[in-house]
Amino acid sequence: MNGLVRRVGLSLLGPVLAVLVALVISAVVIALIGQDPLEAFRVMTNLGDSPSQQVQSIVVILNRAVPLFLAGLAVAVAFRMGLFNIGVEGQYRMATILAAAVGAAVALPGPLHLLLIVVVAMVVGALWAGIVGVLKVTRGVSEVISSIMLNFIALGLASFLLTGPLRGSPPGASIVTTAEIPESGRVPSLNGLLTALGLAAPRSGLHGFLLVAVVVGVVVAVLLQRTRFGFDLRATGLSPSAATASGVDARGMVVKTMLISGGIAGLIGLPDLLGSQYDYGTEFTAGLGFLGIAVALLGRSTPIGIALAALLFAFLDRAALPLQFADIPSSVVTIIQGTIVLAVVIANEIARRLALRSAERAGAAAGPGPQTDGDDGAPPPRAPDGGQRVHTGVPGGQQGAQA
Amino acid sequence: MLLAGSMALAACASDEPAGGGSGEGGGGAAAEELRIGLAYDEGGRGDQSFNDSAYAGAAAAADALGADLQELSPNEDASNRAELLTQLAEQGFNPVIAVGFAYDDVIAEVAPQFPDTTFAQVDGSNSDGAKGDNVTGLVFAEEQGSFLAGVAAALKSESAHIGFVGGVESPLIEKFEAGYVAGAQAVNPQIRVDRQYISPAGDFSGFSDPARGQIVAQGMYDAGADIVYHAAGGSGLGVFQAAAGSGNRAIGVDSDQYLTVGDPALQAVIMTSMLKRVDNAVEQFINDYSEGNVQGAEDVLNDLSTEGIGLATSGGFIDDIQDDIDQYAQQITDGTITVPTTIE
Repeated sequence: MNGLVRRVGLSLLGPVLAVLVALVISAVVIALIGQDPLEAFRVMTNLGDSPSQQVQSIVVILNRAVPLFLAGLAVAVAFRMGLFNIGVEGQYRMATILAAAVGAAVALPGPLHLLLIVVVAMVVGALWAGIVGVLKVTRGVSEVISSIMLNFIALGLASFLLTGPLRGSPPGASIVTTAEIPESGRVPSLNGLLTALGLAAPRSGLHGFLLVAVVVGVVVAVLLQRTRFGFDLRATGLSPSAATASGVDARGMVVKTMLISGGIAGLIGLPDLLGSQYDYGTEFTAGLGFLGIAVALLGRSTPIGIALAALLFAFLDRAALPLQFADIPSSVVTIIQGTIVLAVVIANEIARRLALRSAERAGAAAGPGPQTDGDDGAPPPRAPDGGQRVHTGVPGGQQGAQA
Repeated sequence: MLLAGSMALAACASDEPAGGGSGEGGGGAAAEELRIGLAYDEGGRGDQSFNDSAYAGAAAAADALGADLQELSPNEDASNRAELLTQLAEQGFNPVIAVGFAYDDVIAEVAPQFPDTTFAQVDGSNSDGAKGDNVTGLVFAEEQGSFLAGVAAALKSESAHIGFVGGVESPLIEKFEAGYVAGAQAVNPQIRVDRQYISPAGDFSGFSDPARGQIVAQGMYDAGADIVYHAAGGSGLGVFQAAAGSGNRAIGVDSDQYLTVGDPALQAVIMTSMLKRVDNAVEQFINDYSEGNVQGAEDVLNDLSTEGIGLATSGGFIDDIQDDIDQYAQQITDGTITVPTTIE
């Protein structure tokens, strides 16, 4: 019981410490540019004066958090395996444009249409990420290099497809888009649910894809924590050589993990595509794949942590507007986001060492009993640093950097 | 789970300020005062390009009219454009001016929700009223100014080989390219014009990447071009650096970059700049609004005849060919020359 409390406490310690440190640093920066930090934080946390404004603010935050959550999840699945999938950006761009094109090209009854779009997006994302996995196991290409390179290819290819064969907007239009997805392929908003809960109706729609994201989060959590596959994945991430020695097929795991990571990445663009844009175009939100890396780091690669991290980022993102109304530069938000990520990396390492030390002490106190946690220095699977090691090398080697 | 998380976040966040509680977000302005809302495009204020130009115009008008000016920059990936416009309209700013063609879809969505607010969009056409009756398009004939830039480049080139660097492959920047090529060919049909874009459609990094701007321009200078015209926003700085490094010349865009670049070494290579007077257009629009002269559902075209478009003469590098340029400008305004807006 005591051990559990300590574990939970330690696993929360890192992120909470990081956020606090980031807030202190940000406060100093805000003070340095001649603004009042307390005033800035007050403006940021003020969601609005009327109930409908407050609900609207929450909708804006949630709508922003959904893609960030999916992006963080995609990155984290690979993280847990010790793979650094920087290619999430390219994976979701390829997935979104092809899903948009397929969605606009076919006419099917509602649920089937939607299902087809989602499947296309996941398959495209998985295949694009799969290239990275195959290159790694067959040719030993570092996934960091190949996934970055594939980002450029994906951007170029998406641009070619958009301005060429998949162009749906009239010639001369300033924004080039694919054709629009018909009604049957769109996800309805959850505003009915909000009003049913007795909340004021917001101005814009709460993405229905929120529910899909929650389901995906639960599935990933179960997959990682409650299945043989998840165990193999985490074991390989913690110690590739140990996992291989105990019979885990490391090469197969690399490919499978990249496929799953890419499949989730394929979903990132769908909340916007199916909930508000209905087409992919030159103005489609870019950069979510990279933000996902920060979100995954902050969320310590666990689904719940990532959900909190995504909400925090979305909250900060929204705060940029009221800050500008209060004549405080919105770059304050960027500074806070940056310092949080930096601080979390450092705090994770400190928390990991603390956990290690306390585990060692517990191991020594228990004597040479069955508990061997502390002996080899590897924490138990659910220890606070689970999955925080990011090996950039090939499994089996230990040249990886620790994040 | 997400909802619970957000509440937890809100709860822990509200611990931060000492007093907590709710209050007014913005400063309360007098009710009679003219309150101008200005929503920037990606890059926001300080881009030394069209956002800053729009600010200059809005600020000048606000000063003259004693108006309140509220600026808003979008977030990094500019995914909250709709929020920007809605918040400005909701908080009573009128007129609300959106900067950039990227607001095309967003303004069409938001403007009809606020029929009492007057909107304007820089670089976005609303001649058919499709974006709503309360939206005015502030559009520019960039191809005309670019034509003159092409004329100047062709007249000044010693190698009969010039270049064009576009920021992002898009219909807007292709207008610059089309005009430039047409102008150069009007002077010398045999001229070689190298054309390259920094980033493909959909990837907006090409407007803010001086390093890649320099690489692309350097490639053109190495291949023998001696004058390169850029329509690449912030990346243009790299084009100037490449010109300075290789002893060649460059043509700036949007503002008079000879005056704004700030570095004497780079100033010396900026032969001229294609002026796109976003500032004048915005200032004029606000003045028109304050006088009650805005109809909505129409375009205000800024071109050579209105001096919304032009060629800068700062530095005196093109004084000797000014007569030729004026002749071409005259032919464009009287319709003898029709400048293409798209590349074949």
